[in-house]
Amino acid sequence: MNIGTNPQTIDPRVSTGLPEAHVEIALFEGLMRLDEAGNAIPGAAERYETSADGTVVTFYLRDGLKWSNGDPLTAEDFVWSWKSTLDPLLASEYAYQLYYIKGAEEMNTFTSDPKWENASDEEIKAEFERLAENFGAKAIDDKTIEVTLEAPAPYFLSLTAFHTYYPVHRPSVEANPDGWFRNAETTIGNGPFKMVSWTDKDKVVVEKNPNYWGVNEVKLDKIEFYLIENESTVTTMFENGELDIVESGVNTAELDRLKKDYPDELKILPDLGNYYYLLNVEKGPLSDKRVRQALAMSIDRNAIVTEITKAGQVPAYSLVPAGIPEGDGDFRENGGDYFTEDIAKAKQLLAEAGYPDGQGFPKLTILYNTSEGHQRIAEAIQEMWKTNLGIEVDLTNQEWAVYLDSRNTGDYEIARAGWIGDYIDPMTFIDMWVTDGGNNDSNWSNAEYDKLVATAKKSGDQAVRMKAMHDAEKILMDEMPIIPIYHYTRVVMVSKNVEGWSMPLTSPLNLRDATINK
Amino acid sequence: MARYLMQRIVTMFVVAFVVVTATFFLMRALPGGPFSSERNVPEAILKNLERRYNLDKPLHEQYIDYVKGVIVWDLGPSFKYKGLTVNDVINRGFPVSAKLGGISLLVSIVIGIPLGIAGAMKHNSVGDRTISGLAILTAAAPSFVIAGVLQYVFAYKLRWFPSATWGGGQLRYMVLPVLALSSYNLAWIVKLTRSSMLEVINQDYIRTARAKGLREIVIVYRHMIKNAMVPVVASLAPMTASILTGSFIVENVFGIPGIGREFVQSITNRDYTVTLGMTVFFCLLLVGFTLLADIALAIIDPRVRLEKEG
Repeated sequence: MNIGTNPQTIDPRVSTGLPEAHVEIALFEGLMRLDEAGNAIPGAAERYETSADGTVVTFYLRDGLKWSNGDPLTAEDFVWSWKSTLDPLLASEYAYQLYYIKGAEEMNTFTSDPKWENASDEEIKAEFERLAENFGAKAIDDKTIEVTLEAPAPYFLSLTAFHTYYPVHRPSVEANPDGWFRNAETTIGNGPFKMVSWTDKDKVVVEKNPNYWGVNEVKLDKIEFYLIENESTVTTMFENGELDIVESGVNTAELDRLKKDYPDELKILPDLGNYYYLLNVEKGPLSDKRVRQALAMSIDRNAIVTEITKAGQVPAYSLVPAGIPEGDGDFRENGGDYFTEDIAKAKQLLAEAGYPDGQGFPKLTILYNTSEGHQRIAEAIQEMWKTNLGIEVDLTNQEWAVYLDSRNTGDYEIARAGWIGDYIDPMTFIDMWVTDGGNNDSNWSNAEYDKLVATAKKSGDQAVRMKAMHDAEKILMDEMPIIPIYHYTRVVMVSKNVEGWSMPLTSPLNLRDATINK
Repeated sequence: MARYLMQRIVTMFVVAFVVVTATFFLMRALPGGPFSSERNVPEAILKNLERRYNLDKPLHEQYIDYVKGVIVWDLGPSFKYKGLTVNDVINRGFPVSAKLGGISLLVSIVIGIPLGIAGAMKHNSVGDRTISGLAILTAAAPSFVIAGVLQYVFAYKLRWFPSATWGGGQLRYMVLPVLALSSYNLAWIVKLTRSSMLEVINQDYIRTARAKGLREIVIVYRHMIKNAMVPVVASLAPMTASILTGSFIVENVFGIPGIGREFVQSITNRDYTVTLGMTVFFCLLLVGFTLLADIALAIIDPRVRLEKEG
């Protein structure tokens, strides 16, 4: 199986990417895990209880849980792992995934107060331990964990299946805090597989973990994760039978041929992500809502997904993609589309804004990070706006980090952007656009929107939350600080010999229940 | 001779120091940092990260710390690869790249020089033109094209070799990447040897040797080849360095865990310490090889003296 880029780490507490997550899901297991459809089902925990107000969740671990080296796995192991993730001295980029737990945010962020600037590591450690006394996660006994949340979070259960919530083996971590995961001997987990070897940039090998509670359900004896980045090489290896699964590296340039030659192997799966154009609402005509709407309405999204991207992407007329359950239905289906492509109306809006037939419209620039794919989409949109609205735009591309810097500092007019949800709830998209939000690069601000987001965050009542988020999304799509283009998909190739694999929305590829015929 | 060597070695370290300083400040002048991501890290976490990696200190202090580290060959931790130091990255990647590069260079020399000589000896024959034509074609084709063609023909169609991965350096895994990497240098050596031979063939001393009645084989070996090798040897030093730094495309196509792509990727990643460490390492390597080539030249070419003029 190929997973692409070399993992930066296999410490689930600090990792941020998918290549890491593919390996970690084999080596570790959270309190809950996800089934094929993405629902949280018991993992290391046998069952759980939620308090009436939704703020306290109690997990009961299975009997006789063990680490891959045979040590017993207790409730304290989970609590210690979460606590250590929040340690400012560990500096985990994903520590904020734990902020739902009471006290977590302060434990992690107290250092940003200037008075800690010149503090020694010992002083920080002491303050951290002091704050940790009020940490919302507690081991009641060896098998019971009680978690008090800051506010009700209905998606907290699925979060405990996420890698930031995996437990790590304390003695190994403490013996070698910076490099325990670089040595197979000390990479001790509690998942269906255990570490055999990791050769950087080459491959990671894992084998069945006999100490896993569900070992009887694990069919594969061994998995080799290849770390090859070059797409055409990866595709050739699959065609040659050297790879059984390509999670990363299906050659998108050859999609047409691959679809024809491998109809059963090539799988297009939905992804919880949005490809959009970000508008800087402080630049010239973009401050006018009508201009933003006109730009959004005059893009032929169908042409982009069928002629350019070709991987089954879904044209987007909303912020939140499909796939998030709401009651018995789907958040997207319940919300519907918020606008349509309508060139006549776009022209009219543009005229009302003072630019009939695009006359007098200043020349704006579309910024994208250097990549052939983004360039082709930008060229198509440039052409569409010219034909449909009579306005001219320039294109410019920047190297990745430079592009991110331009976006963050607001040094752009229109920029290509993308967002992949962290967890299966509309909030992972909605809370991005609050006033001065850390990822809100559009400079857009709307008091009503902020209020709705706050309401949704405070409430434990799904009906109230969902309603507030629908209303918020409606405002956003009317104000249009971002132009949705399409919702992402994930393209993988899986040999017909492999069965029982799963890759639900936002999750890494899980081979726990997979079988192979060779 | 010893004094000259000392001078060269001192210069080598001065050059390395200048390169470290320039790279350090240039890298920092680039927009973005090692923790930039489309998903912005919350401000407080960013502060924790900067503290952990000592990026919160004033720039000049960071610079002094870094130079101190380089002197004892401690190149610092990588920002991207948790739990790895730059020394680890070099120690792991360099042997692989050196093996791949060394064998490629050997292949280029062992095949390239005889072909070049043969071409020159049978100047303008069909054989000569075929060799020159192929050499020009190979030199003109970018290495990823050659790598792709090799993969398609020998791995996918004929199935003689695996299409990629290093396989711990086993021979059958190495064949295709070695061929892909040596192709350009091979072509270059062929052309260089050939033109240099042609120049030597027309020299007066060759005519003199013939007039003395020396046997043709002695003329070719002792007088022609030895003299024709001077420019070829001189070009080996930059070639060695370029094969190490330039192997990143071949390493990428074949998924080889070498050092070439670390260098290129670290710049995109803003992995400051890795970029700096690699720059210093390659700089020392390049200057070192140039020195070796100069010594080799002095041995084969009596006109070259390893002393300062005057």
